Amino acid sequence: MDFNDTKEQAVFRAKAKSWLAANAQAKRQGLMAGTQEDRYQQAVDWYHKRYDAGFSCLTWPKEYGGQGLSQMYQVIWNQEVSHYGEPDEYFVIGIGNCGPALMTFASEEQKQTLLPRMARADDIWCQLFSEPGAGSDVAGLSTKAEKTGDEWNINGQKIWTSGAQYSRYGVILTRTDPEVSKYRGLTMFMIDLKQPGVEVKPIKQIDGGSHFNEVFFNDAVIPDNYRLGEVNEGWGAALMVLMNERLANATAAPDGFEDFLNWAKASDIDGVPASQDPIVRDKLATWYAQHAGVEATTFRMITAVAKGGVPGAEGSLGKLVGASMNQEIANFVIQQLDAGGQLTGDESTPLDGHFQSAVLMAPGIRLAGGTDEIMRNIIAEQVLGLPQEPRADKGIPYKDIPSGNTGA
Amino acid sequence: MNFEFSDDQKLIQDQARQFLAEHSPLSTTRKVMDGQSVYDSHLWKSIVNLGWTATAIDEQYGGLGLGSLELCVIAQELGRSLTPIPFFSTIYLAAEIIQQHGNEQQKQRLLPSIAAGETIACLASSELAGQHLFEARQTQFSNGQLSGKKIAVLDGVEADYAIVSATDTNKKHSLYLVNLHQADIQRTLSPSIDSSRPLASIEFINAVAEPLGADNAASAILTEAFDRAAVFTSFEQLGGCEASMQMGIDYTKQRFAFGRSVASFQAIKHIFADMYVAIELARSNAYFAAWALSVNDKKLPLAAATARVSAIDAYYFCSKENIEVHGGMGFTWEFDCHLYYKRAQLLSSIIGSSRWWREQLVSRLLDE
Repeated sequence: MDFNDTKEQAVFRAKAKSWLAANAQAKRQGLMAGTQEDRYQQAVDWYHKRYDAGFSCLTWPKEYGGQGLSQMYQVIWNQEVSHYGEPDEYFVIGIGNCGPALMTFASEEQKQTLLPRMARADDIWCQLFSEPGAGSDVAGLSTKAEKTGDEWNINGQKIWTSGAQYSRYGVILTRTDPEVSKYRGLTMFMIDLKQPGVEVKPIKQIDGGSHFNEVFFNDAVIPDNYRLGEVNEGWGAALMVLMNERLANATAAPDGFEDFLNWAKASDIDGVPASQDPIVRDKLATWYAQHAGVEATTFRMITAVAKGGVPGAEGSLGKLVGASMNQEIANFVIQQLDAGGQLTGDESTPLDGHFQSAVLMAPGIRLAGGTDEIMRNIIAEQVLGLPQEPRADKGIPYKDIPSGNTGA
Repeated sequence: MNFEFSDDQKLIQDQARQFLAEHSPLSTTRKVMDGQSVYDSHLWKSIVNLGWTATAIDEQYGGLGLGSLELCVIAQELGRSLTPIPFFSTIYLAAEIIQQHGNEQQKQRLLPSIAAGETIACLASSELAGQHLFEARQTQFSNGQLSGKKIAVLDGVEADYAIVSATDTNKKHSLYLVNLHQADIQRTLSPSIDSSRPLASIEFINAVAEPLGADNAASAILTEAFDRAAVFTSFEQLGGCEASMQMGIDYTKQRFAFGRSVASFQAIKHIFADMYVAIELARSNAYFAAWALSVNDKKLPLAAATARVSAIDAYYFCSKENIEVHGGMGFTWEFDCHLYYKRAQLLSSIIGSSRWWREQLVSRLLDE
C-alpha cells in the first residue's frame, strides 16, 4: 500500500496547482453562482483555457487533443480542481461518454477533426439515449433509424438530454429492427443537431433551471459513415460507452459533505457553534464515514484500473451513496435554520443559499444516470450475481412489448 | 497510488482462509457458546504453530516482525470464521500495548511467550456500564498492590496476565501489569450476549501489580492502543460482514416462494445491495486505516475512528438483515445467523462503542 505520488505525478500535481492558482476562480455557490447561461459561458471559457494550457482530456491520446496520461493524472487533476469554483464537470457526458465512443468506433479522419474540438469545448456533445417510454429500461427505446441508400432517416423523440440546447453533436441510440428482441435491434450513431428535422426543447426542472431537454427528430438525416459500430449491435456499444462513465462518475459525484463541514465549522445554532451541537456532530460522524468510504473506494477502483482492470459495476456505489447524502445534507441544514431557511434570495443564508439550491437539484441527481433502485439492481445482479427479476419482455419481439405510460 | 494488499499479504490471507475453513467450522464456535470451554485450546495451538500470534511482534522478542498489514488480513479471516480463540485480547490489545509501552524487562518477559502462544493476556479497563472505558474510579493502586473490580473483560477467564487501569494515591491514572495467577484475584465468567467469546469480571484484592508505561498515561496509552486495535477489529468485522452476506445470499438463492427464488425478489436484492454498499464503505475505510497504521501516518487517529464507525454500522446491518432474509429460520438457535449477530454486538463495544467512536471521529475531523 502506498498513497504517495510518484516523482512524475508530484511534478504534474505541482504544475496543476500553480496553474490553477493563477487561472481558476474561487468557489461561488447558490445565489453567487450566476444564471445557467452565465455558468455555461464560464464553462466554455474554462475549457478553452484548460485546453490551451494542456490540462484538457488528460487520458486521451495527444493526436486527439488529450495529453496521453494515465487515469492517475486525471484523479490528481480532479483532486486539485475541486478546490476551485470552475464548472469542471459541465461537459462530463460529452467528453466522458461521447469521446470514448468516437475513439472506439469513428473513422480516423472523424477522430482527428472532432475530438480536439470536443476537448476544447468548441463543439459541445450530448448523449441521446433516454426516451419518454424508455427511462430506466433504456433498451426499450423506439426512435427509428431507417436506411435509404447511404443515409439513415431518424424519427422519434429523446428526453432528459443534458446540454442538448448547447450541443452541436450528439451520440444517439436508435431502433433499427423492431422484429427482434429489444436488445438486438439497436444501432448507435453520431448526429449533427444543427440540421433540418432536429428540434431541441429545454425542460423546466423543479429548481427552475433547464439542464435537460426534449429532442425531436422528424426525418433527420444521418450519413452512414456517422454510424458508430455495427448495425443492430448498438446495445453492446452503448454499454461500453456507459462503462467509461463509471470511473468518471465515481470521481466526480458531489456528495455535499465538504459544504456540510464548512457550514458546521462556520455557523451558530441559537448562539452555539453548530460544530458543538450533538445532533450536528452525530450527522458529521455518519456522513464523514460514508464520504471517506466513497473516496477510499475510488482509490481502490483507480488501483484496479492502474493495474489494467476495467472499472466494474462497483462504480455504482459512489453515485448511490453520494446522491442521497447530498439530498439529506441539504435538507438537514435547512432544518437547522427555521423559517429563514426557506429563503432562496436572502444573502444572509449560509453559503450563499447553496443548501436551498441543492435541496431542489438533489432529486434529479438521484435519478440521472440510473435511479437509486436501478443502481441497487445493478449491484445485486451484476456484482453479487443474484438472479434477475423475471422479465415479462424476455424473448418477445420489440414491437409486441408494451412500454411507457399505458393509462387512459 | 497502490491501494491494495501485496501479493504476499494476499497469500497469507488465502492460507488463513483455507486453514480456518477446514479447522474452524462454526461447530467449534458453538462449543464455546454452549459453555463447553472458554476458548478452543486446540485451535489456539494450531494458529500459534502457523505463526499468527507472532506476526506483528518484533523479531528480537521472538516474533516474525511482519507489519500490521499482515495482521489485518489474518484478522479479517478470524472474523469471517468466528474462531473462538483469545486472539483479540492477547494480540490486538495486550501485545500491542506491551510492545509500544512496556519496559525492556516486560517486553522480554512477555512478548516471546505471547508470540509462542504460551501466554494469554487481556485488557481490564471497564468498571461500569455507561462509564467511560478509560476511567478507573474504583480500581486503586498503592504500594505495589492493586484493588478493585473490572467488568466485561474479554478473555479474562483464561488470561494469564491482565493490563489494568487504576488510580494511585496521587490521583494519577496509569496502567498496571498483573499476573492473574494470584490467590487474591477472583475471576467470574459473566453471562453476555456473545457467549462464544466469554467475558469475565475480575476482582483484585491487594493483588501484586507493576506499572506498565509512563506514569499517569493510561488515557494517552489506551487512546493510542484503541486506535490501533480499532484497525484490526474493523478487519474482523469486515470478515464477519462478508460471511453474513454470503450466508444470506446462499440461503435465499436456493429457497423458493411464490414459484421463484427468494433472491430474485427486488425487495430482497435491494437488502443485499445495501449490505454490499455498507461492506465496501467499511472495507475502504479499513484499508485506509490499515495503510495509515502501517506507515504511522498522522491521519491514523481520524482514519481509525472512521474505520471503526463504518465497521460497527456495517456488521450490525449485515448481521441483522441476514436474519431478516432467512425469515423464521434465521431466528432459531439451530441456524448460524445469530452467531454473526452476536459477534457484531461484541465487537461493536469491546474497545469503546459507537457513541464514543463517533465522538472521537468528529473531534478529530474538526481538529484537522
